[in-house]
Amino acid sequence: MNVRVNGEPHVLQDGATVAEVVHALVQSAERGVAVALDGDVVPRSEWAATALVDGQHVEVLRAVQGG
Amino acid sequence: MLELGGREWRSRLLMGTGGFRSLDELETALVASEAEIVTVALRRVDPTRSARSPLDVIDELGLFVLPNTAGCYTAREAVRTAQLARDAFETDWIKLEVIGDDRTLHPDPVELLVAAEQLVADGFVVLPYTSDDPILARRLEAVGCAAVMPLGSPIGAGRGIDNPHHIGLIAEQATVPVVLDAGIGTASDAAQAMELGCDAVLVASAIARADEPATMATAIRLAVEAGHAARRAGRIPRRLHAHASTSSLGLAELGDEADARGVDVEHA
Repeated sequence: MNVRVNGEPHVLQDGATVAEVVHALVQSAERGVAVALDGDVVPRSEWAATALVDGQHVEVLRAVQGG
Repeated sequence: MLELGGREWRSRLLMGTGGFRSLDELETALVASEAEIVTVALRRVDPTRSARSPLDVIDELGLFVLPNTAGCYTAREAVRTAQLARDAFETDWIKLEVIGDDRTLHPDPVELLVAAEQLVADGFVVLPYTSDDPILARRLEAVGCAAVMPLGSPIGAGRGIDNPHHIGLIAEQATVPVVLDAGIGTASDAAQAMELGCDAVLVASAIARADEPATMATAIRLAVEAGHAARRAGRIPRRLHAHASTSSLGLAELGDEADARGVDVEHA
């Protein structure tokens, strides 16, 4: 399955979840991390149960300095 | 006490975290500022960067995180960013920025108002970064924003308050707190904002890019307190001519021309 994670192409196993993508990028994601799937928020409580589909765009965001 | 978003705050200085050369400098400046509300932005995870984030600094100091929507150009992007921030930081508070132009970083007033209305309806405590336009400020308040945050001058410009008349008008009419956001260059600008009637000031670049950020944080904290006290005290009117502070009543006649001087004690 081909998806884009933060704009980069990734090949993942079928059935891969949002939680797996997040944990591959961030060691500690208890707080300060958010995920959008094709532009829509995936609440933290649904990361583990949300399986990715071929062609989807995942954005994994975290706090940075700003404002 | 500053009442903002249904809570009381001791500090009238809000701090942004953008522009600091290191998280250590950010931390010492935050401590010196005594700010309680601190902004952060959301960006893509960069696995090559340090694991410590500004959020860790804010959490360690026990401060209140205020996520922003910096970098958004449309209401749609800003609303989605706010929803992501709510999930990331477990807060309904959002500093709403919808930028209209990357040279001036001026807000896009139309998109800003649309986004503000949607976010208020979605239960957010919306703190919009806005132009120094009194009518737009009133409209933002009317759709339910918890504050209005007019710019003094463009983000990072450090020019202070370009249009003090507009900032004064916004402060005079608002029934929600007015937070001057953007443009502060040094302590006296913050004092002026408070003297004009603002309830608080949000500062990032002036502290982050100072030679000594923590020292500037202290200076601006004191300026905010001074300006707030001066506003409460009530400044004297500006006059064209002098207004003697020492009475000439009982002034001794000591010179030869004393009589010829024609001193009028009523008007001196």
